[in-house]
Amino acid sequence: MNVEVPLRLKLVGVSKSFPGVRANDNVNLSVKPGEIHALLGENGAGKSTLVKMIYGILAPDEGEIVFDGSPVRISNPRAARRLGIGMVFQHFSLFEAMTVLENIALGLDSRLSSRELLAEFNRVLEAYQLKLDPRRVVSTLSVGERQRIEIVRALLLKPQLLIMDEPTSVLTPQEVEQLFETLRKLAASGCSILYISHKLHEIVALCDTATILRGGKVVAHCDPKRETSRSMAEMMIGANLKEIAKPMSRGFGPPKLSAQGLTMPKPSEFGVALKDVALNVRAGEIFGVAGVAGNGQNELMSAMSGETTAPTPEAITLADRQVGRLGVTERRTLGLCAVPEERNGHAAVGEFSLTDNGALTGRDRMEMVRFGLIDPGKATNYAAEVIGAYSVKATGPGALAGSLSGGNLQKFIMGREILQQPEALVVCQPTWGVDAGAAAAIHQAIVDLAARGSAVMIISQDLDELLTLCDTLAVINLGRLSAPMKVGEVSIEEIGLLMGGVHGDPAATVEMTEALHAHPA
Amino acid sequence: MRIRLEKRLTPSRFMQIATPIASVLLTMALGAIIFQLLGFDGPRAIFETFITPIAASYKWQDVATKAAPLIIIALGLSLGNQAKIWNIGAEGQYIIGALAGAGVAFALPDAQGFWVIPLMIAAGIVGGMAWAAIPAFLKTRYRVSEVLSTLMLVYVALQVLNYLVSGPWKDPKGHNFPQTPPFTPAQLLPHAIAGTAIPPGLVVGILLTLVFWVLTTRSVYGFSVRTVGAAPNAARYGGFDASRTVWSTLMISGGMAGLAGILEASSQLGQINLGFPSGYGFTAIIVSFLGRLHPVGVFLAALILAVTYVGGQVAQTVVHVPNATAGIFQAMMLFFILASDILVRYRVRILRDVPRPAPAEAVA
Amino acid sequence: MNIGFFIDALITVVGVTTPILLAATGELVVEKSGVLNLGIEGMMLIGAVTGFAVTLNYGPDLGDMAPWFGGLAAAIAGAASSMLFAVLVLTLGSNQVATGLALAIFGIGLSSLIGAGYVGMIVPSFDSVFPDSLAGDPLWRVVFGYSPLVYFALLMVFAVGWFLNRTRAGLILRAVGENDLSAHSIGYPVIAIRYAAIAFGGALAGIGGAYFSMVITPMWAEQMTAGRGWIALALVVFSGWRAGRLLAGAYFFGVLMTLELYAKASGFSFLPSQFWAAMPYIAAVVALAVISAREVAGSEAPACLGRPFLPNA
Repeated sequence: MNVEVPLRLKLVGVSKSFPGVRANDNVNLSVKPGEIHALLGENGAGKSTLVKMIYGILAPDEGEIVFDGSPVRISNPRAARRLGIGMVFQHFSLFEAMTVLENIALGLDSRLSSRELLAEFNRVLEAYQLKLDPRRVVSTLSVGERQRIEIVRALLLKPQLLIMDEPTSVLTPQEVEQLFETLRKLAASGCSILYISHKLHEIVALCDTATILRGGKVVAHCDPKRETSRSMAEMMIGANLKEIAKPMSRGFGPPKLSAQGLTMPKPSEFGVALKDVALNVRAGEIFGVAGVAGNGQNELMSAMSGETTAPTPEAITLADRQVGRLGVTERRTLGLCAVPEERNGHAAVGEFSLTDNGALTGRDRMEMVRFGLIDPGKATNYAAEVIGAYSVKATGPGALAGSLSGGNLQKFIMGREILQQPEALVVCQPTWGVDAGAAAAIHQAIVDLAARGSAVMIISQDLDELLTLCDTLAVINLGRLSAPMKVGEVSIEEIGLLMGGVHGDPAATVEMTEALHAHPA
Repeated sequence: MRIRLEKRLTPSRFMQIATPIASVLLTMALGAIIFQLLGFDGPRAIFETFITPIAASYKWQDVATKAAPLIIIALGLSLGNQAKIWNIGAEGQYIIGALAGAGVAFALPDAQGFWVIPLMIAAGIVGGMAWAAIPAFLKTRYRVSEVLSTLMLVYVALQVLNYLVSGPWKDPKGHNFPQTPPFTPAQLLPHAIAGTAIPPGLVVGILLTLVFWVLTTRSVYGFSVRTVGAAPNAARYGGFDASRTVWSTLMISGGMAGLAGILEASSQLGQINLGFPSGYGFTAIIVSFLGRLHPVGVFLAALILAVTYVGGQVAQTVVHVPNATAGIFQAMMLFFILASDILVRYRVRILRDVPRPAPAEAVA
Repeated sequence: MNIGFFIDALITVVGVTTPILLAATGELVVEKSGVLNLGIEGMMLIGAVTGFAVTLNYGPDLGDMAPWFGGLAAAIAGAASSMLFAVLVLTLGSNQVATGLALAIFGIGLSSLIGAGYVGMIVPSFDSVFPDSLAGDPLWRVVFGYSPLVYFALLMVFAVGWFLNRTRAGLILRAVGENDLSAHSIGYPVIAIRYAAIAFGGALAGIGGAYFSMVITPMWAEQMTAGRGWIALALVVFSGWRAGRLLAGAYFFGVLMTLELYAKASGFSFLPSQFWAAMPYIAAVVALAVISAREVAGSEAPACLGRPFLPNA
């Protein structure tokens, strides 16, 4: 189109700072009407902050926002919605105990009678071919259905600009394709879409254009269809991707960590039951568990670490001990260390010092306890040791864990477990939300640990990470673990098939996988 | 000009210690004003309430006597509070503990020997623990909020007390007053240790303060309690069982309250009657907060609150303020400490509005 | 036992029920918005002493209207005292349990202090709403013979129930109590809504307290609410946070309290009076266990109850 149509959205020199960090630095962004525009960047690059300013949740410190040709000041989400800006958040704003229709009513600014609301609701469902029962209570819905509520809320506004924040991290491949269909229909009708993601293959499949953020600044604009995943990744990370130094052709020792017939009931309403999981990690081996979020990764993590105990002792074996019925502390004493997915509040306590966090898991293996009392000197020394060995940027062992950046805290946590010299280490999402430098250090630490003879198990949603680090790979799907595959001998297609076999329809899965991987990496 | 609250990276140590002190001082100041406005001699009321008990040495025994149960109960409560377990039924556990100990005494009216008192004390502790076991069970099994269950049980305990002293345990020689027979000499603890003015409860309080100090700051158990309160998932990961923490903290605080109850009954009152519940269980909650959940802080805060109890009585005689005065001061101190808590976690910044566009300035 | 006894009993039941119904209705709104205010006893007493004092002092000037001004003053005083709690909890983020307790203790003490000069005095009570022929009738007084506050209490329960379940504002309030972060993300003023809810709760608690000093015995005495504020709390819990059950539960508790009175007075029941006195609290604990165990949707505790609102956490 060569006609001078005003840009739907233009950001000029927008900046925002918080104590200690400049989240957005002089950002310029241009979005045309009907365009699907990707906002790409790693965790912490400033994408969320930027869109929060567009949606009125935060105010820019500097710069200008121009909507359909006129400068605007968006003071709150209601003002944004009045302009025609809708947003679907990564974390839903839903009310579990209420019905779908009540949730939608709450998401609207205008007062509609129940009848009018239902009519509008049905109109949107019809127009976009979506399925949703207005009378269901939200607590009974799946994640994909809940996201649909958020999407319907946004669509009811008849938006001019729709912001999607990491929408697919919790969807199955089939749901992703449905979402993409909806978005394409929306764009075709003139609505612009700002699509935030760090998933390169999705952006290639869906978006017309991409803006890449790094460290709060715009570092590139590009056309995803002309780039490769690798070139975009390099723009995101800002350096040539380094190859991980992994000693080739290592022999593996005897089995150190295994599971056999591991079956666990659902921990809660929304949990996933584990069904007959079997795995075997040998000394020196790095074993990866791939899968889409919500297929039982956390449940598997809990079962391996001992936070939830198995029904039988033989379900989990460490070296030659049957540890299935043992708890976390006992397994740790025998040499099984673990790092759960959530840094703040699970793997570490933000309010506690690094010394205390070191004592959280290290007190027994590092012999800090005598007569039920913790020796403060030993605890402090251990924390200092971890800080030194893993170059953790902190003011000292007395620093509060919450004051560290994501990457540094993750380095501390990994270091805390690795320095305990475990026989086996299980980690979940080791580099989620971590800057590239820290991620590289963590990856190297894992490789070194395996080289020293420990068994390492990594549960991750980042397939690239797994393919780089692991010797053997399995896929978890609805609580079942696939047979292990040697990393060198398996194709992405096969893995995609295993990951996407959610609805039991292999043909659809193949089609889907091909569509998602249509562009060569 | 705007006032903005910025979260501190580290909670302010200075503020943690300064705010309780400031709370007491502000209470004194504001209290004087309120009383003056209501027609009483404000400054005099404050002086008699806060200063006289400290200055007049003949009042010290009274202060010590009042402080003892507060210390004992609040030590137990602080432990639970660190785990974010709110036992507000200590008053009920105090009553049941005293009744349990008294029950042992009445069951053995002719017993002699030094083992009687320890037996009564043990019964008191067990009684308090048993009363706290009900909310512990309800919380771990049915996820019932301990705030509500411990509170409701206070009023049940009051009725149990009422029933026993008006019925089965009523003193036949008591002119039909609702009270129990007095304890026998073998069942009594002295008001004060022979030769000193120190009530036995205070000695127990001091010892327990030291025990709790070690427990809280150095022991694995204390660490587990703090972790459960700060991050339950991390506690589980660290090998600490949240259910066990619920039970242990409620049992400990219940046992402490029961201990305080039987000590009061056997060393101060010498019997049980309807006036026995003095509200120590509730005041101990204030002591716990004022002392910032730390054993030494709790000890000091208990002394301060004991001063207001004693001083309140003095003020009643001298300035003719009603007895309820002490409660007002105690509540005010709690209000101030709760209000000032925010200064520990946040820093106050006064900003001037900068007109746009402003030069880019990273806020460090 | 004749019909007269039965009517007297019924009237007593209504009388003891009304103050806790008022306070509990207010607290229901507060808790539905996600806040736990334990200070009901204190707010009731402040309302009681204020209502009494205003009626007494303005009695000569306002004549028959004096009690109505007193009632209004009680509501305002209750709301004002609740604001002390609200500022601490909502704006300064302080612990709700401790702050509520502090309010209770403060209210008890302050009301004693203010009321010190009023002990033993009497105020005129409300004129009845209905004509004397109905209100005074030996039979029909069961329905028409009550103080206006009784009808006000019933009206309020129905109004609150309708508000919560049938209006958009009520939906928003429930949403705030269900998930304050979500409500905030959508753009609802969580803090302002909670302030309003707390003020409403304070006003009703104040009126509930005034019932003691202006209707039951038109006199003032220290701590005259005698723990009814805590029963009101028990009642909210027992009702499963539903207005309909609140009404039924209130009268159930009223029956229990009346049984206690009769047992004390005339040795009427084979169970000691203390048993009936303890029953409301035991019933509340049992109800809590049943509700928590069964997780019946719609009668659960509002998910945010008692938790501080931390939008930037």
